[in-house]
Amino acid sequence: MASIKIENVQKAFGKVIAVDHLNLEIKDGEFFTFLGPSGCGKTTTLRMIAGFYYPTKGIVRFGDKDMTRVPPEKRNTGMVFQNYALFPHMTVFENVAFGLKVRKISSGELKKRVQDVLQKVRLNQYSDRQVSQLSGGQQQRVALARALVIEPEILLLDEPLSNLDAKLRDEMRSEILRLQREYKITTIYVTHDQAEALSMSDRIAVFNFGVCHQIGTPSEIYNEPSNDFVAGFIGEINLFPARIEKKTNEQVFLSVQTGAGPKEMTVKNHPFNVDPDSPGDLAISIRPEAIILHYRQVDGANVLKGKIEEVYFFGSVINLIISVEGMRLKADLLNNQSIKIKKGTEVFVQLPEDHIRVIPMVSGESS
Amino acid sequence: MIKRDTRFTILLLIPVLLVLIAYVLYPSLRTFFESLHTEGGTSFQNYSDFFSQESKTNLEALWNSVYISVLSVIASALIGIPLAFIFNRYDFPGRGFFSTAAIMPIVLPSLVGVMAFMFLYGETGLVPNALKDLFGLKNVPFKIGGVSGILIVHAYTMYVYFYMTVSSAINKIDPSLEEAAYNLGANRFKVFWRVTFPLLTPAIVAASLLVFMISMASFSAPFLLAGGYRVLSLQIYFSKLNGDMEVAATQSVILSIVSIAFLLFMRWYQNRKDYRMASKGIGAHRSEVKNPILKWVMVLVGVIAVIILLLPHFTILLLSLVPDGTWTYQTYPSVFNIENYRLLLQDPNIFKPLKNSLLLAFIATFGNLIFGVLTSYLLVKRKFIGKNLVDILVMIPWALPATVIGMNLIFAFNEPSIFSFGNILVGTFWILPLAYFIRHIPLVVRSTNAVLEQLDDSIEEASRSLGAKWFYTFRRVILPIIMPGVLSGTLLAFVEAVGEFPTSVLLYTISNRPISIEIMNQLRMFNMGQAAAYGMIQIVLIAIVLFVSNKFFGVKAEQSLS
Ligand SMILES: Nc1ncnc2c1ncn2[C@@H]1O[C@H](COP(=O)(O)OP(=O)(O)O)[C@@H](O)[C@H]1O
Ligand SMILES: [Mg+2]
Repeated sequence: MASIKIENVQKAFGKVIAVDHLNLEIKDGEFFTFLGPSGCGKTTTLRMIAGFYYPTKGIVRFGDKDMTRVPPEKRNTGMVFQNYALFPHMTVFENVAFGLKVRKISSGELKKRVQDVLQKVRLNQYSDRQVSQLSGGQQQRVALARALVIEPEILLLDEPLSNLDAKLRDEMRSEILRLQREYKITTIYVTHDQAEALSMSDRIAVFNFGVCHQIGTPSEIYNEPSNDFVAGFIGEINLFPARIEKKTNEQVFLSVQTGAGPKEMTVKNHPFNVDPDSPGDLAISIRPEAIILHYRQVDGANVLKGKIEEVYFFGSVINLIISVEGMRLKADLLNNQSIKIKKGTEVFVQLPEDHIRVIPMVSGESS
Repeated sequence: MIKRDTRFTILLLIPVLLVLIAYVLYPSLRTFFESLHTEGGTSFQNYSDFFSQESKTNLEALWNSVYISVLSVIASALIGIPLAFIFNRYDFPGRGFFSTAAIMPIVLPSLVGVMAFMFLYGETGLVPNALKDLFGLKNVPFKIGGVSGILIVHAYTMYVYFYMTVSSAINKIDPSLEEAAYNLGANRFKVFWRVTFPLLTPAIVAASLLVFMISMASFSAPFLLAGGYRVLSLQIYFSKLNGDMEVAATQSVILSIVSIAFLLFMRWYQNRKDYRMASKGIGAHRSEVKNPILKWVMVLVGVIAVIILLLPHFTILLLSLVPDGTWTYQTYPSVFNIENYRLLLQDPNIFKPLKNSLLLAFIATFGNLIFGVLTSYLLVKRKFIGKNLVDILVMIPWALPATVIGMNLIFAFNEPSIFSFGNILVGTFWILPLAYFIRHIPLVVRSTNAVLEQLDDSIEEASRSLGAKWFYTFRRVILPIIMPGVLSGTLLAFVEAVGEFPTSVLLYTISNRPISIEIMNQLRMFNMGQAAAYGMIQIVLIAIVLFVSNKFFGVKAEQSLS
């Protein structure tokens, strides 16, 4: 086991800069996730940690050791590939034993350790099978077992569930978590699926275009996104460009740009709601589930009149699209059956002062 | 600091480049310099002689080569394309068998094939004489020889390239494209000309280029059938026999230029980004032939085609059973036994050429195996500057006519050079294995490329991340996975080397005659039976290799031939 430090790393492929200005510190035993859309540099970063790429600039450390230019076979990392990369000419046992054979482990111990790990991934029945005879989920387990059996310092998983169907994916998700807890192994998990990232990780790093936008626990990332990209990529969000007009001790007054001209709104003057020195263009953001719906005009801050445009029924929740001041607002309701929602109903929406966050805009577009 | 990986690539690249430079590039350059050599020093005199009106034979030979090649393309296309359609688009009894039989000409080594055609359709051939007797004619109704002979042999052997490329293109067409056209109201005729045919053009163009090159290079057929007809590949041989080495060099260079131009054009054509290849691997849609008359007509055509296709093979088999000296003035042979095979095994003089060929081919192919795997690994899995150049060097022996390769070797190694460690190779044992090795570099590299391209990079990375060094990974992971594909390519190279004729005839030594030269000798002495027995052994060897590759390696070996 080891902690990982990535210091000011850049990776360029010719003119394309895949990763830039990356600084990360991953703690011993942590389940750490790289999250971001496809092409944002997650795999590149992972491969620099595995040793398949060397950074153009910067340093990679395991613990205090500088690993920047150590070849992959000397890093003692266990890697699980997106396509599993099982050796097709070997049985399950031989696949798992490969790393131990390379390490010249005596055959008695090798057998014991392979059987041990196959037990842990519940494949002991299959040890003599050819890998091509296994299902996708089983192949995934072999890949995990093969990576774990060498007792790596770091486990690296590159979109390991993307080739599985939805049901297996849920099953493997908890399987991976269980194994990670059992081995207490520092793990880096790459995914573009925000639900996967939120539900599994100790901490998440959110990437876009080769830049890491935010590092934090799942609840920090969800509740306190650092900018509009993170807010928009994780979960649903309403974002509207805004400008700070004035601040009091209690409140911050904003001029929000709506389809029907500027509109005054207020938020609590609290670091959670307004970063005191956020630079550049700003936007207000609010999650759909934070919006409160009224059927009558009510008093209070940020109450706007609107009309329900679309109703999407998902069972436990109902998603609404409400047109407000020439904008489309997303709102979620819990389905408590008593309410009757219909398209075309006039409603009053309230954006609670303590749930709105004012965040910087970096993507150059509002959603 | 050069990165470790780069250093390693360079380390692997050095031997590959050395071999390619020493045995592909250097001999070609030697030939070129030889062609500049004139009495008065260095000049292009030989070239202006070649193209001058006085030396009509050269220009005529060049023209004849082009003429025959164009006709060969047309004839092969006219046979191969319809067959590909019939066998891949329609289902009728025996379809599977017919479509397998359609590639049988490949099982016939070129020299043996030409020999079979001579016995079948030549002046004293079995078919014309049978027809003569059957209808009580005074003279044979037809005989092949000269241009028609060469063309018929070409069409017979080369239509297979059209058949295979077009078949695979047909099977890659997404049936929904044609269905969409029907759905939009197009009729059968329109769908064929506006949708199907355009989708097949790349395959047809590729096959045409291929057949053109192969017939430009063709040697055995003109050698045995041309009579007085001159083609360029044959002219080179005659120039060499007459000792006109500078002329031979000039002719070689001109033929090389044509061939390499074609190679580069083909590469360009196939590397174009082509929308036509967009969807693939959909699987064939065959419509069952319902009309009973049409169905049985198709079966009949199939049966006749198979008979014609297999007649040469049977002829060789039949002849190999005719003991020498028992078929002289008679129209048909009358005695059949296995005397020729017995002699082959028991008479050391008759066995020797077979043994020679097997040994020569083994040495050459062993070299191909090592070199092919290394080169292919570099080309497919490693990044380096100049990869395209290495790739072209690898393909040059494929583009160059065998006669030219033979001449190149003569010019390069009839004097000591560093690449032969200061030895003269011409006239020694080693020149033939070297020639066979060079001839089959492209085949082995390409068939290995095909399997390596299938092998995902992550397999190698997985092994490395599990702690295995490169060599261990290569030995334990990569090699075992690609071995079936590599072996099938190598075995094919082996059997081709066993039968190799054009380079052999230029380079062999009396004490070390390969099988193809001995076939020539036996034919010259009218020992058809013994020649046919040699031929039969080659046919069986090739058939075994194709069978083994298909059955045990799951590789369609015949496809690496094109
Ligand atoms: N080997 C490579 N050569 C050139 N460009 C690459 C290479 N690998 C990745 N890239 C580029 O780097 C960027 C990041 O890629 P990657 O790390 O694979 O993204 P992700 O895994 O997040 O989808 C992409 O723009 C990709 O095209
Ligand atoms: Mg990726």
